[in-house]
Amino acid sequence: MRKEVFISYDPSVISLRKVVELLSFIGYEPNISLNDVTANKAAGNKINKTVSFNRKQIYRIGVAGFCFANIMMLSFPEYFSSGHIEEKGLKETFTWLNLFLSIPVLLFSASGLFISAWKGIRQRFINIDVPIALAIIVTFARSYYEIISGHGAGYLDSGTGIVFFMLIGRWFQDKTFDSLSFDRDYRSYFPLGVTIIIDCVEKNIPVTKLKKGDHIIIRNEEMIPADAVLLKGDANIDYSFVSGENAPVKKYIDELIYAGGKQAGNAIELEVMNAVSQSYITELWNNDVFNVPKNRKQSFIHPWSRYFTLVLFSIAFLTTICWWIIDPSNILPALTAVLIVACPCSLLLSATFTFGNMLRIFGKNKLYLKNASVIEAMASIDCIVFDKTGTITKPNGSVLEYAGVPLSEKEKTVLQHISSQSKHPLSKAIASSLHTQPGWEPLIQGFREYPGKGIAAMADNIPVKMGSAVFIGETGHELLNDDTGTQVHIQIGNALKGRFSISNHYRKGIRKEISALKRSGYDMHVLSGDNDSEKENLHYIFGGGTNLKFRQSPAEKLAYIKQLQASNKKVMMIGDGLNDSGALMQAEVGIAVNDNTMQFTPACDAILDGDHVNSIDKLLRYAKAGKNIVRASFIISILYNIAGLSFAVTANLSPIVAAILMPVSSISIVLFVSITSSLKARHYGL
Amino acid sequence: MSALFILIGVSILVAGSFLAAFLWSVSNGQYDDDYTASVRMLFDNNIPKTPKQKKITKTTN
Repeated sequence: MRKEVFISYDPSVISLRKVVELLSFIGYEPNISLNDVTANKAAGNKINKTVSFNRKQIYRIGVAGFCFANIMMLSFPEYFSSGHIEEKGLKETFTWLNLFLSIPVLLFSASGLFISAWKGIRQRFINIDVPIALAIIVTFARSYYEIISGHGAGYLDSGTGIVFFMLIGRWFQDKTFDSLSFDRDYRSYFPLGVTIIIDCVEKNIPVTKLKKGDHIIIRNEEMIPADAVLLKGDANIDYSFVSGENAPVKKYIDELIYAGGKQAGNAIELEVMNAVSQSYITELWNNDVFNVPKNRKQSFIHPWSRYFTLVLFSIAFLTTICWWIIDPSNILPALTAVLIVACPCSLLLSATFTFGNMLRIFGKNKLYLKNASVIEAMASIDCIVFDKTGTITKPNGSVLEYAGVPLSEKEKTVLQHISSQSKHPLSKAIASSLHTQPGWEPLIQGFREYPGKGIAAMADNIPVKMGSAVFIGETGHELLNDDTGTQVHIQIGNALKGRFSISNHYRKGIRKEISALKRSGYDMHVLSGDNDSEKENLHYIFGGGTNLKFRQSPAEKLAYIKQLQASNKKVMMIGDGLNDSGALMQAEVGIAVNDNTMQFTPACDAILDGDHVNSIDKLLRYAKAGKNIVRASFIISILYNIAGLSFAVTANLSPIVAAILMPVSSISIVLFVSITSSLKARHYGL
Repeated sequence: MSALFILIGVSILVAGSFLAAFLWSVSNGQYDDDYTASVRMLFDNNIPKTPKQKKITKTTN
């Protein structure tokens, strides 16, 4: 099972050397490589390490199996003659052979377990290997004592059997977990789309298909998906996503720009140097440094795991005392069985595997979650706030009409170039409706986008503004009173030219989806930055009783969410991330709707593909079901532990059977949660 | 009955040699790749030919 950790440290507080020493101390000695971490080299290093590790494990299993089987064979005479062997010397031969055969098992095969347990103890943390190590030591010690003092034949068959079955069990466990791996790698859905240029033609492709050498165009507010070299344009890169610094850095042609930076200003053209690393972007996304930590309640499982081993040791202790009083011959089997059979792994693993599987299924349904804790948050919300433009409406609405001073060809070209720099749905609509004058390209400089208001740029040194009436700054003009439809006002060179009216295309099936959500019991709200011309349509879609608020600025949207939370509501905000990032961050769950752009707001908790907005009800219900699955598996594993312990305490459980049951229990719980979560997904049509 | 001691000794030796063979095969890298075997058997003619075999197949076809 692949485990990866990113460590950030403050060099003024701790040195890199101390970090490495700390990692080795807790058992994770890093492999420090000065090589370039290119894809091939890294894979090579990784393979070498896993190969040597796997071989050692196989040696251990082989030796343990060999010794265990031979000890069993040599113990048969003991079993069948119940201790009375006629031939002199045979009995001693067998017992001493057993002793010698058991030594490699204790020193070599079990060494991995002992080392891990020891490392845990050094950290004053009793991990799962400690009780098992203890059980093995107890069995072997008792057996050696019996053999050397001549009191008996010992329990070496049990002891070596425990080691062998534990090793085999762990191996099976790892194989099972590997095959259920939930690594969100290149095969899984990553929702961003990027514009690439092939032979002077622009195409929009999913970001996962990007290859080294591709030429891409990154527009204002779009994120650079992979390390790339600047080819054309004025690059002002905002690295707040990567380093937390807000001040944009100016980059020059041929300079390398790292993935995660955001362009502020005109569109730029880049050549991709490395493949996109989704895990890197997701990891940046998860970095708490720039996000308001949402007080996500710690999973209810955590307290249990900490006290588990303590409870286990107290039970073991009590068992020993009781049997000492009642029947000392039962102490060893009871004690070792108790120490081995209890398995906290099922408690810990059930949540991990359920949510891991669900993340994969959500991804298949085009909802990409930041991490697994979002699932629990999704299951707990009771009210949903929608943004209008881009969320409920499709981003490719069309221009209905233009009213105002007729525009010259040059002016249309200027507007087309400026609006195509922005990814806002309204800008895209205008850009696609205007035709450019061939052969003339205006020099666009100083492009800036004002969220919720409009865009501005200089075209051949003439200032141009496109946006809301307030943004343009002209009021009282007769044209501006005609406030119907979604409007974008145009101002060229400080003169109001006119306005575009843009139709609102609502997403297909949105009305059915909203009624389904209402039936599921969610409170609905709509916040729009637009005027209220769409009130009728929205009433039709949402039905009566829904709160519709218009002309909301980003700050007002944020305040609205806070107000809802003040009345104890758990809010989910769905927006397009363009002018509601504050609200997305404030809500318990913030979902950004993305239509194949590189517009990426780290403030959101999940990214939903625009064409799948109609699955929200199903997805929310699935999240709730997932939480129930975790609860059920938790109860099952507790019941298993209780049953196993009751057999063990009464000395009815042989230690070997206990050693087999332990990995079987983890594997069965993991398979249970994986299969149920997949079946539930099918039940909901996901 | 003393034959039993010899028998036990020899059997342990033989078993030990099997263990040694197992350990050798692991260190020889025969178990490093446990995945592609299941895929390779679906292909034809993937046994690398030695020059001698190549010559033979060329003439006999």
